[in-house]
Amino acid sequence: MVTAERVWEALAEIPDPEIPVLSLVDLGVVRDVEVDGERVHVGFTPTFLGCPALEVMRDQMVERIRELGAEPDVEVLSEGWSSDWITEEGHRKLRDSGFAPPSGRAPATLVQIQTGTHPCPYCGSTDTRLDNLFGPTPCRSIRYCSACRQPFEQFKIL
Amino acid sequence: MNAPELLSLADDELILGWRNSEWTGIAPFLEEDVAFSSIAQTEIGHARAWYELAARELDTDADSLAFDREPDEYLCAPLVERRMADDWARTIARHLLYETADRIRIQVLLNSIDREVAGLAEKIDREETYHRMHAEMWAERLRDEPAFRKAVDELWPYALGVLPQEQRRLLCEAVERDEVEAVERGEHTEELRPLWEEMTMVRRSVPGASW
Repeated sequence: MVTAERVWEALAEIPDPEIPVLSLVDLGVVRDVEVDGERVHVGFTPTFLGCPALEVMRDQMVERIRELGAEPDVEVLSEGWSSDWITEEGHRKLRDSGFAPPSGRAPATLVQIQTGTHPCPYCGSTDTRLDNLFGPTPCRSIRYCSACRQPFEQFKIL
Repeated sequence: MNAPELLSLADDELILGWRNSEWTGIAPFLEEDVAFSSIAQTEIGHARAWYELAARELDTDADSLAFDREPDEYLCAPLVERRMADDWARTIARHLLYETADRIRIQVLLNSIDREVAGLAEKIDREETYHRMHAEMWAERLRDEPAFRKAVDELWPYALGVLPQEQRRLLCEAVERDEVEAVERGEHTEELRPLWEEMTMVRRSVPGASW
């Protein structure tokens, strides 16, 4: 019989569809796993409501749980996801791939975003500025590093 | 929350999302192409979430509510219907007024006794923080521009119409303006039908298709 631990391990192997260096577990979108005999219940909260990856994530979780020989029940929770839930491991993986992890705790303020310390993921300089609150997906902003003259993607604080 | 209230919220976000998406590719500069497209995407995501709640009460699905109604059946406020994709100052004026009004009603919903509604409001409120920051940054830049001030004057009665009567005082305080006669929800402008024609064109061309 499948254990909750085994389910967590399996979900930790699913890459985020838009930021594949992160797994769904690193991203903190899997909130709880309960095993009840053959049934596996997963509480899941997508990052942004408009995120087109929501259905892909759900389908992949369902598929992986079926592969474990269990019957999946993936529930989308009404509780809102927070960037505070990205794990330490997730922060490390983001930095390693040139992607700045969220640099602060939710809720975000404009002052925090404009003046807070936002190190460049390439050179580590804090001489960076906000270029655009919005980026290629709803969860990212664009910043520019004046030290290495490189624009970079910054995970939003949510 | 009853279905008409949910549909009012959903329709506002869908139609405004659609209007905002009209800037994709033609915004004043590249960053704004990205910003307005992203804002449009999140607004439409919020619309979908409200439609899903309404769909359960009405025993249908979110797509049917978004695309299978006649224009007269939409419950959006006239503010969101206006076509502005050739006028940046007006667009920013609407953006600022809408986001300010939307925040007021979302704050009320945070205290809803319906836990699902309150949870969704909480989630939406946090995402909308970025829309508000964006609107405020632009309003700060355009504050003294005659075209922007004129647009805020023009749209003010429409902005009041986004909110129910009892919440309008809060909007007046937030933007430091006096209450005037509102352009009420329920009537539509002539600009809704062409939007609807375009928005529902694919769906109407092959009814019941899935992809």
